[in-house]
Amino acid sequence: MHRFANPTRFLRLANVLLPWLGVAAVLLLGSGLWLGLFRSPADYQQGETVRIMYVHVPAAWVALAGYSTLALSSLAFLVWKHPLADLAARAASPIGAGFTAIALVTGALWGQPMWGTWWVWDARLTSVLVLFFLYVGHMALTNAFDDPERGGRAGAVLALVGVVNLPIIKFSVDWWNTLHQPASVLRMGGSAIDPAMLTPLFVMAGGYFAVFAAALLLRIRALYAERRLRQLRLSLPDA
Amino acid sequence: MSEFFAMGDYAAFVWPSYAVAFGVMAGLLAWAWWSARHGEAEVERLRAAGLDPRREAGRGGTP
Repeated sequence: MHRFANPTRFLRLANVLLPWLGVAAVLLLGSGLWLGLFRSPADYQQGETVRIMYVHVPAAWVALAGYSTLALSSLAFLVWKHPLADLAARAASPIGAGFTAIALVTGALWGQPMWGTWWVWDARLTSVLVLFFLYVGHMALTNAFDDPERGGRAGAVLALVGVVNLPIIKFSVDWWNTLHQPASVLRMGGSAIDPAMLTPLFVMAGGYFAVFAAALLLRIRALYAERRLRQLRLSLPDA
Repeated sequence: MSEFFAMGDYAAFVWPSYAVAFGVMAGLLAWAWWSARHGEAEVERLRAAGLDPRREAGRGGTP
């Protein structure tokens, strides 16, 4: 881990990874679309709306993984005070918010035909909405200070407090009554979903994760450049 | 083919879902890519103008 805390080394690694992530994203999302729209059956209960699952569930997975990225980076920043960990946390929140927004909107578009409502204030939906606000709050808080160090620390504390929301999201469908269906992929006793639907779901999820990773690396590069610009401008004689 | 696009009469829900998912992901990637390119170009521009703090420090007493 610490080896990649060196910005130059990290940027070199990022530039090696980025083209591969791009290729993986195009291939996986392309075949995910093909499998999901043409090669998988309609559901016996949900009909064609089940195809919304292929864009909805991976977004929710990435939303959770994105928050883990944010929380781990925040922890690393608080413990080791390494600026690159701060940049990773700052890069993760808007991207995580984007994927959470996908999960919320596609969930509403799936809820209306299947449940008869766009939205209910039940545990799963509400806790994912809280996740979205945690991301947005992190973005606002980290940028609310003139001193980026203080902003980074405040954001890191918020991100770590928000970790309590992750198990709530995961187990919300077991702990409370909800319209949302229970865990069906990652559950004890194996998946409840037919392989014909599970394959496109996993392929699409792979594509989503490639997009997340590529956007994250690009944003870290952008934020690192912003830091350098700040240093350059501060070093100007008339600054 | 029109049967495919009708999505069993759920076209109004299936296609917007796909549009939102791919639209947001494309937007995120485009923004991330553009901001990285823009920021790095700006750093290069200032460095080329001789404003690199590392070089500044090294220049010390030279006229």
